[in-house]
Amino acid sequence: MSSNVITIQGLEVQEKPWVDTLHEWVTTVDHKRLGILYIVYALVFLLFGGIEAIVIRIQLMHSHNNFVSPQVFNRMFTMHGTTMIFFVAMPILFGFANYLVPLMIGARDMAFPRLNAFSFWLSALGGFLLYFSVVGANGLYGAGDAPDVGWWAYAPLTARAFSPGHSTDYWTLALLVSGFGSIGTAINIIATVLCLRCPGMKLSRMPLLVWLNLVMAGMVLIAITPLSAAQIMLLIDRYLGGHFFDAQAGGSAVLWMHFFWIFGHPEVYVLIIPCFAFMSEIIPVFSRKPIFGYPVMVAATVCIGFVSLSVWAHHMFTVGMNSYANSFFTITTMAVGVPTGIKIFNWIGTMWGGRIQFRTPMLFCIGFLFQFLIAGLTGIMMAAAPFDWQLSLSYFVVAHFHYVIVGGILFALFAAFYYWYPKITGRMLSERLGKWHFWLFLIGFHLTFDVMHIPGLLGMPRRIYTYEPGRGWDTLNLIVSIGAFIQAIAILVFVWNLISSYFNGAKAGNDPWDAWTLEWSTSSPPPAYNFATVPVVASRRPLWDLKHPEDPDNLYE
Amino acid sequence: MSAAATSVVEIPQAWTLLYRGKVAMACLIIAESAIFTIFLVAYLFYLGKSLTGPTPREVLETPIFFTICLLSSSITVHFAGKSLERNNRPAFLALWSLTIILGGLFLFGTGREWHRLIYEHGLTISTNLFGTTYYSLVGLHAFHVSAGLIMLTVVLICGLAGRVHDDQARRVDVLALYWHFVDAVWVVVFTVVYIVGR
Repeated sequence: MSSNVITIQGLEVQEKPWVDTLHEWVTTVDHKRLGILYIVYALVFLLFGGIEAIVIRIQLMHSHNNFVSPQVFNRMFTMHGTTMIFFVAMPILFGFANYLVPLMIGARDMAFPRLNAFSFWLSALGGFLLYFSVVGANGLYGAGDAPDVGWWAYAPLTARAFSPGHSTDYWTLALLVSGFGSIGTAINIIATVLCLRCPGMKLSRMPLLVWLNLVMAGMVLIAITPLSAAQIMLLIDRYLGGHFFDAQAGGSAVLWMHFFWIFGHPEVYVLIIPCFAFMSEIIPVFSRKPIFGYPVMVAATVCIGFVSLSVWAHHMFTVGMNSYANSFFTITTMAVGVPTGIKIFNWIGTMWGGRIQFRTPMLFCIGFLFQFLIAGLTGIMMAAAPFDWQLSLSYFVVAHFHYVIVGGILFALFAAFYYWYPKITGRMLSERLGKWHFWLFLIGFHLTFDVMHIPGLLGMPRRIYTYEPGRGWDTLNLIVSIGAFIQAIAILVFVWNLISSYFNGAKAGNDPWDAWTLEWSTSSPPPAYNFATVPVVASRRPLWDLKHPEDPDNLYE
Repeated sequence: MSAAATSVVEIPQAWTLLYRGKVAMACLIIAESAIFTIFLVAYLFYLGKSLTGPTPREVLETPIFFTICLLSSSITVHFAGKSLERNNRPAFLALWSLTIILGGLFLFGTGREWHRLIYEHGLTISTNLFGTTYYSLVGLHAFHVSAGLIMLTVVLICGLAGRVHDDQARRVDVLALYWHFVDAVWVVVFTVVYIVGR
């Protein structure tokens, strides 16, 4: 589709001074550049969060270790959790959504380009505030450094009396500000999908990635806002002397837990649904088959969106709710497994009988399928309230949710990187380095997180900075830490691949994977205007129709 | 694989999608509703849990007049939009100004009530749970009224400068949608704070 790019004959492009380039990037409102900004920003924070994880693992490598003090350990796990969720996973997924959604629906840009830029810079400010606390949080009291209240910041630990200084304030403001950024982006995604689709792109013909990001954005609207509201309440408590979470004045610490998890659990689905979206685009292309059960996939996603809003209190079984609440949240939590199971079934159905190409993106997808399934199974185990009473706040829980976030979300993200990097930069990522990255990361991941379940079952609580020898935890923790180092090496291979392929990678061309969605019809990287002529589509796979005019998809849909 | 190939597909007749402004405002309203829900839940959860006085029954007075002001401003903003669609600009400006006055009156009413509560009853945001939840809930709403009034005033200034025409009617409608939301929230807040909460 070379005609989708306008070329002007005899036009000489001169090298711009770097200040101009920088100025362009800072003031850009282009969805592709903002997408890249989101992704690069998230990768920087991924390194921060990764270093914090490594510090945690060094400290826990053997018993009675004193690599860091207990205070520093608290800061490390707080910053690790907060960073990874709010400043790595969210922005990186928003980055991909920003980049891909307009291209996939044949639009020129997002519905509100300036709101888009504003949202990104709000998120960026949030991350800056969080890390500025390391130097700025001392305040008048000379206490506290980085936030150390845990990523869920339970009351009354966040009260002035227990968190003097300003570290908790930085944490609150960082989440509040980036939350507003997320809401802006969510509004933008929904308006883009509903209002800017190219002619012929009915809702029933949208690529699944667009559908799933639409659901994700809808969930952000109602899931992130409770957190913002709770943060405002916390600020009122800390600055205006309010009593929302002040047990001394009749306030309730449990109310904070409810508000936090009303956000916290749907948040997991806000993160995983875009990853389902990556799966749903990548698996069909490398199986050389259209997605199996398109309408069911959409229905299952919407279903997950709704059910996941009513499962939050499974994080609170140990608080002591009544038996009706326990049963309700057990049932709803288990019910989420049904639509999720349908999805896994459909991805396998897509691969079944296909001519599977084991390229790096597909490898990560297959890794995702297995690991996400196991993560789901331990999730079902913990959904049962009595089982949760035994293992809540143990390393079993830590292993479970890292299985979701690393084994699921991160693997899907790597797949997305290998799949769309050629579109974004015009260069292929190295397959050789990609395979190294995949196998190293796979081995490291399983060493760390398979083994981590066992100390949890043996009773090792989470968030302890060290432990007694002779409990049988030493060897297991050593293996977990070794796995973490292998993962770190794999990440370095990945980063090296990103950098070296940018300069030396093979030229990608418009459509290196022989794919079917609209973003592959324009050049790599796409021009600022995306499409020279507005595309018109007649089926879910417009590029298939172009390549096979004798047998277009719309005959069968 | 060229432009010729794309034109194989017929351009569907009458391809119009929703207006992005309306969709975005609807989304914002959904998000804001969730924020208000959390504050309402906190208010209801803490009803009667204050360890010290004053209680809502002792100090709150139902602001019927100011509520009527706010609710009627929804009607005026609606007809202001309709006037603009018909390009009847004097009527638009008059109704729009009336909306601002009614909204301003409501805000004045909130201010007067707060003044009375603070100076006559000594109820501040840090007095007790009732004070904390009451001021944050009603204050959140008053904040939205203020934001709305600022936006309405900007449109009024543009209108007086002769910059608002009938082709901007749908943009004005988006603002009106926000204003209706602010009113609708007040109906809920009013019910919870002044009827259920006493």
